[in-house]
Amino acid sequence: MTETALPASPPKPSAAARAGTFLRLFARNRMAAFGGGLLALILLVALAAPILPLQDPFAQDTTQRFLRPFSEGHWLGTDHLGRDLLSRLIWGTQLSLLVGVSATLLAALAGSTLGVVAGFLGGRIDNVIMRSVDTVMAFPYILLALAIVAALGPGLVNALIAVAVVNIPFFARNIRGVTVTLANKEFVDAARLSGMGDTRIIASEIVPNILPVIVIAMSTTVGWMILETAGLSFLGLGSQPPVPDLGSMLGEGRNALISHPHTSIIPGLMIFAIVIGVNLLGDGIRDALDPRLRSGALTRPLPATLVDRAETPAIAAKPDALLSLEDLRVEFRLGRRTLKAVNGVSLDIAPGECLGLIGESGSGKSVTALSVMGLVASPPGVIAGGALRFQGRDLLAMKPGELRRLRGDKVAYIFQDPLATLHPLYRIGEQIAEAIRVHHPVPQAEAMARAVALLKQVRIPNAKSRAGNYPHELSGGMRQRVGIAMALANEPELIIADEPTTALDVTVQAQILKLLEDLRRERGLAILFITHDFGVVAQLCDRVAVMYAGEIVESGPAQAILDAPAHPYTRRLIACVPELGGGRRTLAAIPGLPPGADDLPQGCAFAPRCDKAQAACRAGRVALTGQEPGRGVRCLFPETAEDRTETA
Amino acid sequence: MTAALKIEDLGKTFGGGRGLFDRQRPAVQAVADATLSVARGETLGVVGESGCGKSTFARMLVGLLPPTTGRIEIEGENLGAQAGRDPAAFGRVIQYVFQDPISSLNPRKTVEQIIEAPLKHLHAMPREARRKRIAEIFDAVNLRPEFLSRYPHEFSGGQAQRIGIARALAASPRILLLDEPVSALDVSVQAQVLNLLAHLKAEFDLTYLFISHDLAVVEAVSDRVAVMYFGRIVELGRAEEIFQAPRHPYTALLARSAPVVGRPLGAGEDGSGELPNPLDPPQGCAFAMRCPKATELCRTTRPDMQELTPGHATACHHPL
Ligand SMILES: Nc1ncnc2c1ncn2[C@@H]1O[C@H](COP(=O)(O)OP(=O)(O)OP(=O)(O)O)[C@@H](O)[C@H]1O
Ligand code: SF4
Ligand code: SF4
Ligand SMILES: [Mg+2]
Repeated sequence: MTETALPASPPKPSAAARAGTFLRLFARNRMAAFGGGLLALILLVALAAPILPLQDPFAQDTTQRFLRPFSEGHWLGTDHLGRDLLSRLIWGTQLSLLVGVSATLLAALAGSTLGVVAGFLGGRIDNVIMRSVDTVMAFPYILLALAIVAALGPGLVNALIAVAVVNIPFFARNIRGVTVTLANKEFVDAARLSGMGDTRIIASEIVPNILPVIVIAMSTTVGWMILETAGLSFLGLGSQPPVPDLGSMLGEGRNALISHPHTSIIPGLMIFAIVIGVNLLGDGIRDALDPRLRSGALTRPLPATLVDRAETPAIAAKPDALLSLEDLRVEFRLGRRTLKAVNGVSLDIAPGECLGLIGESGSGKSVTALSVMGLVASPPGVIAGGALRFQGRDLLAMKPGELRRLRGDKVAYIFQDPLATLHPLYRIGEQIAEAIRVHHPVPQAEAMARAVALLKQVRIPNAKSRAGNYPHELSGGMRQRVGIAMALANEPELIIADEPTTALDVTVQAQILKLLEDLRRERGLAILFITHDFGVVAQLCDRVAVMYAGEIVESGPAQAILDAPAHPYTRRLIACVPELGGGRRTLAAIPGLPPGADDLPQGCAFAPRCDKAQAACRAGRVALTGQEPGRGVRCLFPETAEDRTETA
Repeated sequence: MTAALKIEDLGKTFGGGRGLFDRQRPAVQAVADATLSVARGETLGVVGESGCGKSTFARMLVGLLPPTTGRIEIEGENLGAQAGRDPAAFGRVIQYVFQDPISSLNPRKTVEQIIEAPLKHLHAMPREARRKRIAEIFDAVNLRPEFLSRYPHEFSGGQAQRIGIARALAASPRILLLDEPVSALDVSVQAQVLNLLAHLKAEFDLTYLFISHDLAVVEAVSDRVAVMYFGRIVELGRAEEIFQAPRHPYTALLARSAPVVGRPLGAGEDGSGELPNPLDPPQGCAFAMRCPKATELCRTTRPDMQELTPGHATACHHPL
């Protein structure tokens, strides 16, 4: 999705609010908080080692060998040389943490540098770097570390280097991937045109954007690295006696494992506590930095949009309406904020009718359309009021199973991006056949034949051979036709088309619109057509409803509204649309922006941008009233013939 | 008077050459034989469908992509040698305004840091002078000074696009290349940006190249329009003429397909409307498979650009 004006995407919070969200998400995660607490405690004690009243960790006393924990003068007992275990544990923890963290930093620095250089420069350099990295990765992990220490000689610094080296590929691969994506971003091109060289672009455009990724990668690997250094020390290749680290303590304790288990259990428990703490915390950081979790995406969406109405409106069944929406209200409940996306929308669609729903980005068109079949994701979406009826049946009272049977059968959707509905790994013919068989138990061969017939019907040339294509083998216009064929698979009564031609070129758009028009004529389909293009509405729709800030501000016959718009917003919006054949000219604009869905004005939502606004407009909600039969306008001072000639 | 921009036989082929093990790699000709000149102060519109090579063309003009053939001359100076190697040499004379306003701004930089980059790196302007210049530009694009310390995600699409324009203007270029500058915006906001562009052009004495797929917008802002199809310019003429009286069948199809209030549907074409395969380009006219007027000549010989009336040229054997 491309970013359009702010209200289109959920409004982006400020830096402070984002930090708040981070902390809240983080705290919500109990395990992460526990890990963080545990780690903080260990860290505090380890760092305080020099000032704690600890005994000398090197002082030997052979008379006091293998004292048990809780002995006089030695809380955790002593080891095989009679050295105080508590003191050695704390100093050893400090050393292990220091080495593990340093190894992580080293690996992150080296790996990220390689990754950034490879990803940014690409070509041959990328090839050479990534091949070498792959070679390193091909060796078993611990074997490589052992080989490095063997070559450099035992010692803590060498163990650190070995652990860092074996972890470089992990960072290099991750960071290269992110860098490649970033290097193709438009802001990098913009930086080049601003006269920046490669080094400067890496430093100021790329690195700041990959830092969060590096932090996440570090937090998930530091636990492993501590463990690996401990492993090398355990084998006697890391810290050398008498200096304690957790691995060497474990190694020394091993000889007395049976007779005096406490000498190995104590450092073992500490390693366990550190790794658990680091990993829980790392997972917590990762989750809190992951934007998908912010909107509660990890809580599994319900099968249908949640309905939470204060009262169930009693509505008279309208016999002549195929679909009717009555005072529909849809909200997104995001923590303390509530976005009111749809605020009391009422619409009727008769069988065979094409109703255009038009409005700017973020006006609530898609949410209205999706809520008809309960497709708004819950959480955070909630139907907060109103009623929905299809062929007289109450859609909001239906069980999820019933609703699912209607979806794709009696009511079908066509989306802007047909790839959203097509599975990339199945042939299009199979997918259409499958869509038929979900709702109607027909033999595979028959379903396949129907699929080909449908492809023919949407004017796909060589339908039979095309049925064997995968979605990616088709052009955008062809894919959208397949999307329409899918929607037609079960002979629906109603098609809800959400901007089906917006992503297409004009010549293809013209073909798709013609196709929809023909289908409507031939099969008596009703269409709810969502668009932001008045030209399309004029050509395809019988009636039109104009949306602004989640409300319908004007509705009526398409031609009548285009000829004589009654709402100031409609009139000015029409004036903004350039039309072919108008010649060179200045275009009309509407100053300002639509209100945010979490900050709707009390009165008329258009008042801040309306040049006719008066105190009465801002006082309270304006009702939709009809001047002429079949028309409605939500304005206290509707346009008059004079207003309209003024702009013409 | 020298032309602001002059290009001759500009072309770009991707791929090709020999790969590993001496295999011939497939070559795709994205742009071929583009020749045109843009007068100072003019707005040249470029239209064409997705995949026709508009963006490749644009990226060559601003020096982000080295052309395979041809030359680029800006204000009489040949920039061919620097193409693709030294974008800064281009940056001082021609700047780019991107289609997606948000993704063309680095999310981790403040607006001020973004706008001062060209002043710093292209013009080595000292701090005080930079401040003054930024204030002037910000005023010119109608943005409030307090926005300078904010980050890109805090802006709406229209505001972000104005920031992108401000950054381009900061380089004091002679030419602005506008690549679909309003397609990501709502209609009510689109006009705000277009009108601003018109005003800036007069104020800073600029030349525009305006790329768009929206014919009505192009017609409203351009002096002349170039129509591209399958990597080639197929028609070039005055804006008020080209869609009213197109000479190339493809331009005519475009003009017929645009949705217009009051015109019935179905004026477009019936066929599949598919583009030829770029890996196996047709020998003759690339439009022949969709063209109702195609003849044997069209399928075998590629038509060259010919001036039919003064200022109106097309590449078609049987112009309308
Ligand atoms: N999943 C979601 N979580 C939170 N807010 C949402 C969600 N989906 C939509 N919204 C909000 O609901 C409002 C209406 O959005 P909607 O998608 O219906 O607009 P639209 O009219 O279809 O716009 P467009 O023309 O861009 O498609 C917007 O304010 C949007 O930010
Ligand atoms: S109600 Fe008032 S503010 Fe709203 S559109 Fe009508 S005149 Fe304008
Ligand atoms: S050259 Fe022939 S095929 Fe090509 S556009 Fe002209 S008439 Fe049509
Ligand atoms: Mg939408």
